[in-house]
Amino acid sequence: MDLILTALELGLMSSLTVLALFLSYSMLGVCDLSTDGCFTFGAAVGAVVALSGHPFLAILAAMGAGALSGFVTAFLQTKMGVDSLLSGIVVNTGLYSINIAVMGNSSLLNMNKTETIFTKAKALLGASFLGPQYKLIVIVLFTALVVVFLAFFLKTRIGLAIRATGDNPDMVRSSSINPVKTTIIGLCISNSFTALSGCLLAQYQKSVNVNIGSGMLTIALASLLIGNTFIGKRRPITFRLVGAVLGAFIFRLVYTAALRLNMPAFMLKLVSSVIVVIAISGPYLQKRFPLFMRKLKKRGRA
Amino acid sequence: MLDILNISKTFNAGTQDAKKALDDFSLRVNKGDFVTIIGANGAGKSTLFNAICGNFIVDSGKIFIDGKDITFTPDHVRAKSIGRLFQDPMRGSAPNMSIEENLALAAGHGGWLARISKQDRELFREKLSQLGMGLEDRMKQPVGLLSGGQRQALTLMMATINPPKILLLDEHTAALDPGTAEKVLDLTKRIVEKDNITCMMVTHNMQSAIDLGNRLLMMNQGKALLDVEGEDKSSLTVSGLVDLFKTKAGSELQTDRMLLTDKD
Repeated sequence: MDLILTALELGLMSSLTVLALFLSYSMLGVCDLSTDGCFTFGAAVGAVVALSGHPFLAILAAMGAGALSGFVTAFLQTKMGVDSLLSGIVVNTGLYSINIAVMGNSSLLNMNKTETIFTKAKALLGASFLGPQYKLIVIVLFTALVVVFLAFFLKTRIGLAIRATGDNPDMVRSSSINPVKTTIIGLCISNSFTALSGCLLAQYQKSVNVNIGSGMLTIALASLLIGNTFIGKRRPITFRLVGAVLGAFIFRLVYTAALRLNMPAFMLKLVSSVIVVIAISGPYLQKRFPLFMRKLKKRGRA
Repeated sequence: MLDILNISKTFNAGTQDAKKALDDFSLRVNKGDFVTIIGANGAGKSTLFNAICGNFIVDSGKIFIDGKDITFTPDHVRAKSIGRLFQDPMRGSAPNMSIEENLALAAGHGGWLARISKQDRELFREKLSQLGMGLEDRMKQPVGLLSGGQRQALTLMMATINPPKILLLDEHTAALDPGTAEKVLDLTKRIVEKDNITCMMVTHNMQSAIDLGNRLLMMNQGKALLDVEGEDKSSLTVSGLVDLFKTKAGSELQTDRMLLTDKD
């Protein structure tokens, strides 16, 4: 039971990154390679602000930092002629130095005695029946807020324009909307959620190291694709958002189960890579399979 | 309405492949005009549309809409006054978004945070029922499920839901089967007439170039070869046009597609 609970907590926290990727990868059609660095950036900024005694301000600061990083990534690819993948890589690399600088020339910050939103929640819920689940409650609250926000936002005019940018940029232009604008707004929002995700994880585990975000992109992408296979692509937006969260949880669950079967913890990233490959190339190979069989038969006859 | 003054555009300038797609081209389109444009492949018809829409900035010359200089205006800003349909029915709509979402983007009602309202839905329903394709009962379905003809009709609706100052049709029925093509063309005529939209239409079908509209423009090598209006236009025949081309251009009109459509 405890294991499932931990999986739920960790899964929901990473689901914020999955939702960020849902916006950037599934909607805008941009594979944002700055995700890892941005996750750490959010964690680092959040930790520094929390250490100075403002756990709530930490959340806002982290989201602001994420939005800033997203803006740089978007600016590079829309206004500076940098390829979209490359601009993500460049920002990701740059963020590594910035993250260490933010943490005060150190690659590790400890928050053991710091007040976090989790300790605040614990104090608030105290002895009530919700008390023991204070961590889960905080995480569920944030996840729900982000899902509700995205479900609303993606149906507004600007949200529709962001979705169309990934679907058919020509049409966005002919609707008198500048795709540069939608890309910038979309990446700012998605990166602020990635940073929020990092900030929550840092406060949850009471420490940040500079590698906290490494591999986050692949893990989140794997979760997103798992969610896609469960929910399907042509479903209404709200379903797909819930699917993304579900995917994150399932990924964690499978991973936790694998750990129970004595898989060493360092295998997490390999597993996530394999899942991404299977999820993306699976449908492709499936499509090619009949042709492959025909070729095989022909060779057999000849 | 639309004034094009001496525009030129050379692709691959300064290389061996340099191609002068528009050569000191001028045209004045009056309000309410329906101009059909014909010409061989590479005559500069699509380049002309690209220049008007702002897909590129012309090398020289000026473009005005309603007296306003738009020569250096970016494409998405020009799109407010220009509607455009392409030959490819897939180019005008977003496949993974629903019919009503596509229409909502094109209509652009309300502010950035506005959602599709009840009035919007009623308007879309009424507009879609004009197409006579049953799309009004499928407004929540993704556009990717529609056929080419349905998508082109939807794109036409999207381009004209806020009547544009000028509508550019780039062989928008050429990729459809004959029955659907006729239907989409009928719809085009109806909508253009109803809202009195100024319209330019590229076509390879010489007969429909003669039948449709009040003015016919024949292009060759980036120049206007022939520009006839009213009486002169309605008295044209396909064979007459082919002869005219021969005398004006000093060469045969060579497009298999045009010669084929000659016969029907």
